[in-house]
Amino acid sequence: MVQTHAYNYRDNTSLYLVSGALVFFLSLALLIARYAADQAMEVQSWTFIGLAMAFLLGTIFWASNNADRNPFDEAEYEDTIVKWGVIASVFWGLAGLLVGLIIALQLTFPNIFYFPELGWTNFGRLRPLHTSAVIFAFGGNVLIATSFYVVQRTCRTRLAGGMWPWFVFWGYQIFIVLAATGYLVGVTQSKEYAEPEWYVDWWLTLVWVGYLLVFLGTLWKRKEPHIYVANWFYLSFIVTIAMLHIVNNLSVPVSLTGSKSVQVFAGVQDAMTQWWYGHNAVGFFLTTGFLAIMYYFIPKRVNRPVYSYRLSIVHFWSLIFIYIWAGPHHLHYTALPQWAQTLGMAFSIMLWMPSWGGMINGVMTLSGAWDKLRTDPVVRMMVVSLAFYGMATFEGPLMSVRAVNALSHYTEWGIGHVHSGALGWVGYISFGALYCLAPWLWKRKDLYSNNLVEWHFWISTVGILFYMISMWFAGITEGLMWRAYNEFGFLEYSFVETVEAKHISYMIRALGGGLYFIGAVIMAYNLCRTALGHGEARDEVSATPQNDIHSTLQPAE
Amino acid sequence: MYEVLSSFAQTGGLIYFVVMFGCALAYALWPSNKSKFDDAAQLPLSDKGPHHD
Repeated sequence: MVQTHAYNYRDNTSLYLVSGALVFFLSLALLIARYAADQAMEVQSWTFIGLAMAFLLGTIFWASNNADRNPFDEAEYEDTIVKWGVIASVFWGLAGLLVGLIIALQLTFPNIFYFPELGWTNFGRLRPLHTSAVIFAFGGNVLIATSFYVVQRTCRTRLAGGMWPWFVFWGYQIFIVLAATGYLVGVTQSKEYAEPEWYVDWWLTLVWVGYLLVFLGTLWKRKEPHIYVANWFYLSFIVTIAMLHIVNNLSVPVSLTGSKSVQVFAGVQDAMTQWWYGHNAVGFFLTTGFLAIMYYFIPKRVNRPVYSYRLSIVHFWSLIFIYIWAGPHHLHYTALPQWAQTLGMAFSIMLWMPSWGGMINGVMTLSGAWDKLRTDPVVRMMVVSLAFYGMATFEGPLMSVRAVNALSHYTEWGIGHVHSGALGWVGYISFGALYCLAPWLWKRKDLYSNNLVEWHFWISTVGILFYMISMWFAGITEGLMWRAYNEFGFLEYSFVETVEAKHISYMIRALGGGLYFIGAVIMAYNLCRTALGHGEARDEVSATPQNDIHSTLQPAE
Repeated sequence: MYEVLSSFAQTGGLIYFVVMFGCALAYALWPSNKSKFDDAAQLPLSDKGPHHD
C-alpha cells in the first residue's frame, strides 16, 4: 500500500501490558519449577519458561527495531499475524497428520511399531497428541488466522488491541506445545479432547478471553453498519468454546505446584458434561468456525455474494440453538436417563436441517459460476468440502439414533464418520482458505502452481475414500461380530477375533491416511514457493527490487 | 419435584425454542430488512482498505 502518512502517535500501552503479563507468568513458572511437586510439572514449567522467554525477548527486540514507526497503524490491516497463522497452520497440520499416520501404522502392525523401552511412543500417549494437534493446533490456528483476516476486511478496520492479538497467537502456540509435550510425558486428565491438566487449562482460558476481547473490540470499532454473517459464526465459536472449556475443566488441583487435579463432577454428571463438551467441540470448533470460513472465502473466491443472506441468518440461529443439545447421543445405553438420551437423539436428527441448509447455501453461491469447479482447483476443494460436510451431517444424525448406535458405537464406524468430517470438511475448507490466503497475504498474482493443487486434491480425495470405506467395512464387521451369538447363547467370537478381522481394513486406512499426508506435504511446498514468489506466483505488477534487477537483466541476455 | 421441574423444562423448552425460531425467521424474512441484507452480502467482495479518519 503506497501511502505517505506522517508519523502518527504510537500507543505503547498494549506492549507494556503484554510484556508485564509475561514477566508475571514467567516468575510464577520459575516458582513452580523450583517447588514442583512432581517431575512432569518441573518439565512443563521449564518448557513454559523457555517459550514465554522467547516470546518476551522477541517482543522487546521487535519493539526496539520498530522505534521509528507505528506498528499498530490504524491505516493498515494487521496482516503479519495472519501470515504467521498460515505458517503455524501448515506446520501443525503436517505434524498432526504425521502422528495420525504413525498411530494408524501402530494399530495395523503392532509388532513393528511398538517400542516398550520408549514409553512416550505408546499409542495411548500419541493418540491424544494426534487429535489435539489436528483439531486444536491445525484447526485452531486456521480459525484464529482466518478470523483475524475476515473480521478486519468485513469491518473495514484494523484488529483491536495493539499487541494483544500477538499475545493470543503466541499464547495459543505455548498452549499447544505445553499440551503436546505434557501428553508425551504422561500428563493427562483423561477426558477426550480435553486432556490437558488444570494449569494448561487456566493458561488457555486466559488466552481465549484475550481472543474474545480482541474479536469483540474489532467488531466494536467496525466501520460497516452490519456485522457480516461470517463474524457471527466466528463469535459463536469463540464464546461457546470459552463456556465449554471452563465448565468441562472445573477441577481442583491436588497441589498448586503439581500437575494432577481432581474433577469437580463425578459419575454420570461428569460423563454428561464431558460429552456436552465433546460434541460441541465438534459443533462449535469444527463446524461454526469453519462455516465462517465458508461464508467468507467461497463468495470471495468466486466473486459472488452468498446465495441467500436470509438463509444464512436462519442457518446461524437454528444451528447454534440445536447443536448445544446433541451431546447425550454419545451416551446411549449408559447410566444417563433415557429421556436425556432421547433428547440428544432428537436434537441430533433436527440438526440435519440447518446443516444441509448451510451446505446448500455454500454450494449454490456458485450458481452462474459452475465452470470454476473445473477451472479453479481451490474452488473445487472448498465445494467438495461441503459435499463431505453434507455427507457427515447426514451420517451423524443416522448414527445418533439409538438402534443404529447399538451397532455403530465403539466401532471403527465412528472413526470413519469423524474422519469424513475432519479430513473432508474441516481439512478441505481449511486447505481452500490457506490456498486463498497465501497469494493474498504475500501479494502474489497466483499460487506457485495450480497443477500441484490438482495433485493435492486428487491424492487426498482418494485417501479420504480409502479411509472412509475401510472404516465403514471394519466398523460394521466388528459391530456385527460383537453381537453374534451361537445356538447355545454364547458369544460367537472372542474379542481378539474381532480385532484380527480388521487387519486388512487397517492397512487400507493407513494407506488412505498416508495419501492424505502426502497431499498436505504437496500443499506445504506449494504455499512456500507461493510466499517466495516463484512460478505462477511471480509478481510483475508491483515489482519488488529483486524483480527490477531481473527485468533489467533480461535484454542483455 | 423432579417431575415438576422436568415437565417445566420440557414444555418450557419447546415453547422457548419455537418462539426463538419464529423470531429468527421473522428477522430474516422481514421485507424492510431486505436491502440491509443485500448490502451485507456484498461485504466480502469489496477490496477496500481500512476506513480510517
